Amino acid sequence: MRFAPVLTKPSAKRDADTAARLDVLGDIDATGCLAEARKTALARLTEMGLPHPRDEYWRYTKPDTLVQPQAPAAALHDASDEAPLYDGIDRLKVVFVDGVFDPAQSDSLEMAGIELCRLAELSDTDIHWSRDLYGVLEADGQVPVPRPLAALNTAYASDGIAIRATDKAARPVNLIYLHENTASDAMLHHVIKVEAGAELTVLENGPAAARFNACMEVDVAEGGAFHHVRAQGRDRERRTVTHIFTRLADEATFKSFTLTANGVLTRNEAIMDLQGNDCVAHVAGASLGDGGDFHHDDTVFVTHGGLNGESRQVFKKVLRNGATGVFQGKILVKEGAQKTDGYQISQSLLLDDDSQFLAKPELEIYADDVACSHGSTSGAIDEEGLFYLRSRGVPLAEATDLMTLAFLAEAIEEIDNAEIAEDITSRLGAWLERRRG
Amino acid sequence: MLEIKNLHVKLEEEDKQILKGVDLTVEAGKVHAIMGPNGSGKSTLSYVLSGRDGYEVTEGAASLGGEDILDMEAEERAAAGLFLAFQYPVEIPGVGNMTFLRTAVNAQRKARGEEEMSAAEFLKVVREKAKSLKIDADMLKRPVNVGFSGGEKKRNEILQMAMLEPKMCILDETDSGLDVDAMKLVAEGVNALRDAGRGFLVITHYQRLLDHIKPDVVHIMADGRIVKTGGPELALEVENNGYADILAEMA
Repeated sequence: MRFAPVLTKPSAKRDADTAARLDVLGDIDATGCLAEARKTALARLTEMGLPHPRDEYWRYTKPDTLVQPQAPAAALHDASDEAPLYDGIDRLKVVFVDGVFDPAQSDSLEMAGIELCRLAELSDTDIHWSRDLYGVLEADGQVPVPRPLAALNTAYASDGIAIRATDKAARPVNLIYLHENTASDAMLHHVIKVEAGAELTVLENGPAAARFNACMEVDVAEGGAFHHVRAQGRDRERRTVTHIFTRLADEATFKSFTLTANGVLTRNEAIMDLQGNDCVAHVAGASLGDGGDFHHDDTVFVTHGGLNGESRQVFKKVLRNGATGVFQGKILVKEGAQKTDGYQISQSLLLDDDSQFLAKPELEIYADDVACSHGSTSGAIDEEGLFYLRSRGVPLAEATDLMTLAFLAEAIEEIDNAEIAEDITSRLGAWLERRRG
Repeated sequence: MLEIKNLHVKLEEEDKQILKGVDLTVEAGKVHAIMGPNGSGKSTLSYVLSGRDGYEVTEGAASLGGEDILDMEAEERAAAGLFLAFQYPVEIPGVGNMTFLRTAVNAQRKARGEEEMSAAEFLKVVREKAKSLKIDADMLKRPVNVGFSGGEKKRNEILQMAMLEPKMCILDETDSGLDVDAMKLVAEGVNALRDAGRGFLVITHYQRLLDHIKPDVVHIMADGRIVKTGGPELALEVENNGYADILAEMA
């Protein structure tokens, strides 16, 4: 293959950082069916080392606080000013408090069409389907770009959920992450297998911890469909790094949307591997940042390996008062992946001169019959639309909010379920309204 | 109702004078039409009156119901009763037409110190008015003007006008891009709003709109000024002979 790994450069700082972090974490869990996967992940990590500011994909986002041995403290956020998300939606709730599964607040892990199992319980068992998936997509996703924090997660995740959809799931599974301890440092790892023709929706919401490292591996078989909607919690001081690895077989569908409002550091990586023919992978994000302590990074890598693949990346960031947004998105079309349709758009709405948006769109194409388009823009609010609204009597502040929602609309349209989309839109509206002068 | 006196306007960005002393008074209950060749300043007049950025008033005044409007923000002018039907209505994705209408209606009511319209009352009124303009439930639900045809956009403008019940309506080339049927529908919507307490200023290139919205007074604008004023027959004269004769007569 032509795709040589981007090797991490030797660095004494990296070695020291990695050693210090592993020292705090101690030994990996060597029992149960995931032990082997954890062991090899640790070996991967030790070889790569944790991220370093000079790494190609960490130039715009400082990894220090994600790497340091202890989580920086994060004040708790009082969320009582708005109703819990997805409140009106019939769903199966799985609650984690600071990264620890809470059976009392969770529903019973039973639903028609799916099997659910806590990851922590797999330490007691030798045979489980998730053994063939856990750490596998993550390991595949390390080439060509290393993702050490995901390997760290595979090695050390303390809990998570394994979901196998064998049919159309009766209702969405909602992973709820509560944050109750200002110093919590959580690592969760979820493995999801959508069997042929099956359908599953996973909703996630909440800050999870002061520092949260989440990894999700999603394997979608022929004709299966996976939908994912996530809202990352309004805790101002939280730090979050997430990885979603997905592998798609023929005619499989994967759609993921993330809402991020607040958080001093968020890095969301999506690594999508369209191996089959005729598959569809969409990833979208809407983020809202206010203040110089807001830093939000979307890093995406899409690999087209099959015929007729369709991928879409739609990222919109609203930045004000010195907030920073980052987008690093790559589409790789392998030899033979003809008729690929790849689309990528990343846009920022800069509400003042202090905020910044850093974008690195990349295309690498080895097939000759493909349509790939990408665009990236940074701009102020649309004056034409603003005048239109004001000419109807809508005051400037309110008109600005409406135009901000209009800017985010393309990302929100990526959510297929209208009820969930409305929920997300009302969150965005409420966030804007709270900041209205 | 609307009183414009010796209005001089230039573009902010470049030192270009567009309006060079416009005098115009539109009385309540009357429909005035402005016709004129391209570049005469018709659209600029509508923008300046409605408060769009980018123009600088260098001389003159404009008032609505005796109140000076030139120092007001666009939204204040709207609340004071001014409405501009856009030549090119703007698409606003992600904002439902109904939400937009309700936000606008209630913002104006609030600005005037009136009680806001309840959701139920609003729904009842909007459905009724939409029906007469052949605007269906789907169009009300869709994002503002997104994917609307030219005719749908213009009908949507008239719906907004009907909901906001302004004192003074300015229609900027509302007939542009409309086929005959769509134009009739729009004209009916406008005529339904004609009222003793409301003034209209209809800007158009063509006489044909004025067959449907009958004006009381017709003005010809050229080079930033009103150069001729007359009755409906003036529009017919333009239709038959073009502007050349009138302009030559002025020269």
